[in-house]
Amino acid sequence: MEDWIWTTLVRALAFGTPILLAGLGEIYAERSGVVNLGVEGMMAVGALAAFAVAQSSGNPYLGLAAAVLVGALIALPFAVASITLRANQYVAGLALTMLGLGLSGLLGKPYEGAPLAHPLPETGFVVAALVLAAALWFFLRHTFAGLVLRSAGENPETVDAMGINVYAVRYGAVVFGGAMAGLAGAFLSLAYRPSWADGITSGLGWIAVALAIFAAWHPLKAVGAALLFGALYHLSYRLQAVVSPEFLKAMPYLFVVVVLSLSALRRGPSGAPEALGIPYVRGERR
Amino acid sequence: MRRIGPFLVEKDLVAPPGRVLAVSTAALVLAFLVAGLVFWAYGVSPWVAYRTIFVETLLSPSGFAEGVRRAIPLLLAGVGLVLAFRGQFWNIGAEGQLLLGAVAAAGVALFVPLPDPLKLPAMFLAGFAAGGLWAAAPALLKLRLGVNDVLTTLMLNYVAVYLVEWLIHGPWRGRTAFGFAYTDRFPDAAMLPLIPGTYVHWPTLLLALLLAGAAWFVLARTTWGYPVRVTGDNPEAARYARMPVFWVVFGVALASGGLAGLAGVGEVAGVHGRLLGAYQISLGYGYTAIIVAWLARGNPLGAVLTALFMGLVFASGDVMKIALQMPFRVTDVFNGLILFFLISTERLLYYRVRWAPARKER
Repeated sequence: MEDWIWTTLVRALAFGTPILLAGLGEIYAERSGVVNLGVEGMMAVGALAAFAVAQSSGNPYLGLAAAVLVGALIALPFAVASITLRANQYVAGLALTMLGLGLSGLLGKPYEGAPLAHPLPETGFVVAALVLAAALWFFLRHTFAGLVLRSAGENPETVDAMGINVYAVRYGAVVFGGAMAGLAGAFLSLAYRPSWADGITSGLGWIAVALAIFAAWHPLKAVGAALLFGALYHLSYRLQAVVSPEFLKAMPYLFVVVVLSLSALRRGPSGAPEALGIPYVRGERR
Repeated sequence: MRRIGPFLVEKDLVAPPGRVLAVSTAALVLAFLVAGLVFWAYGVSPWVAYRTIFVETLLSPSGFAEGVRRAIPLLLAGVGLVLAFRGQFWNIGAEGQLLLGAVAAAGVALFVPLPDPLKLPAMFLAGFAAGGLWAAAPALLKLRLGVNDVLTTLMLNYVAVYLVEWLIHGPWRGRTAFGFAYTDRFPDAAMLPLIPGTYVHWPTLLLALLLAGAAWFVLARTTWGYPVRVTGDNPEAARYARMPVFWVVFGVALASGGLAGLAGVGEVAGVHGRLLGAYQISLGYGYTAIIVAWLARGNPLGAVLTALFMGLVFASGDVMKIALQMPFRVTDVFNGLILFFLISTERLLYYRVRWAPARKER
């Protein structure tokens, strides 16, 4: 019995790690006022970059660095469109997801199917994700830079009045979100699988977006939420013999709908940043 | 008003049609240029790629017909999304609604005993209802609880995919399928006629064109369309004027889901003749329909042109898959880049640039 609980917890942690990593990045982006629905695409591109570099250099740590870098880079055009050009953030994020899935599927074709020669252990990623969650919470809650980041999402006019560039803050948060999504992708292709296949992210990026809402944009609550989703994924594997696999595969997505509805039912403020999704225009009143 | 070199930049409140056309074209050209870079990175010369596409889609009658066939579901779902976006319902779920339409059509075709002439009309009705219901749930959640509609509609796409997979692997698996996962073939009375020599199921095409016209008429010329337009332009004003905002959002949600459902009926009754894997039925029509609607700039009639355009982009994906052995994911690259440049250039629509060189001061 204890064994069963232990394995469930361990596997839930592993399943939850990519959701947590990408979710933390999305929390930062949204805390600064920008919704980025491109997580799925950035994760896919990160996973491919990690695998391609790790496989051709023989060094998985180089792959890890490549994933973080490429994740950050692919977030840049989204940042330009949604922050500078003030395009609709939802649609821009959707375009980023299409682009990321398309690019990784196309350019990843030569790497399809081959197992990774030198994989990384899952444990490293799991521990790193937990440490990152704590560090990001501390940064957001207890440092001046964290205060500025939160203010950019709550009341950007104030940040501007302090003489700090709102655009720069939001760019930073979005690019950081991309780097985290890239890292989540690297976990999939370097440790969890470890291989590359088109569609490797299988909707995890979308669950990370839901995680940000479910965790009320709080890095520590994100750990609990990721564990919950991870446990659900694990259960869907365990129950395969009893319930039809298609139902179990659909369960996390249904669960997201239920969770979002429950979060909406919660009494009191939702914790959503005031200026979430609203492009900032200098000198214009809201 | 701002001066950039010899140009004067002024702000406009409305975008004139000529500028919309020019800016949209520029966005598309940019998207194709960047896509060319991606092909080059993949190892296919952009020149060869675009020449092949041009020859095999625009210059070949059968290639063009393929584009038209792809445009049918895009037009139906796209017109629905034009309505949804105009009424402030962020429906990203056309893909799932389309699949539900396909499921309902297959259910009627295979399991409901009906006289032959009633089969197809019943399938279209069932498809509309199923797609509409699939959109109604997120609409209610948005209206009653304020749940984000982008995420719920999107999540239901995945649920629809697995619903289809479950049906074709389980209860609806065909007796004649021999290890393959699909249903039995529909009876002949449940199949749509084709234009000879092509795969264009013309009744669905006709229906799509009629519905595009009807949607334009309702939106632009009736007392039903007026609250939709006001809600889209300014929800606060609509509420202040005591317009039924609830029913506007619910109505456009039902209509957009229903239209996507019709697209699904057309695909199974016109192309496949059975219910089969979700990714074989749709290939992402529901997502591409978002671009169709966005490119049409809120005009249901504009969607006729943009659906044909995106249909040809789909057909190009086919051509590149067959002629150049590239994965079908190239359509995602096209889609992503096109959408990206379209929304990025949107701001330009509201600026007027005038040639006005500064006079030299003495």
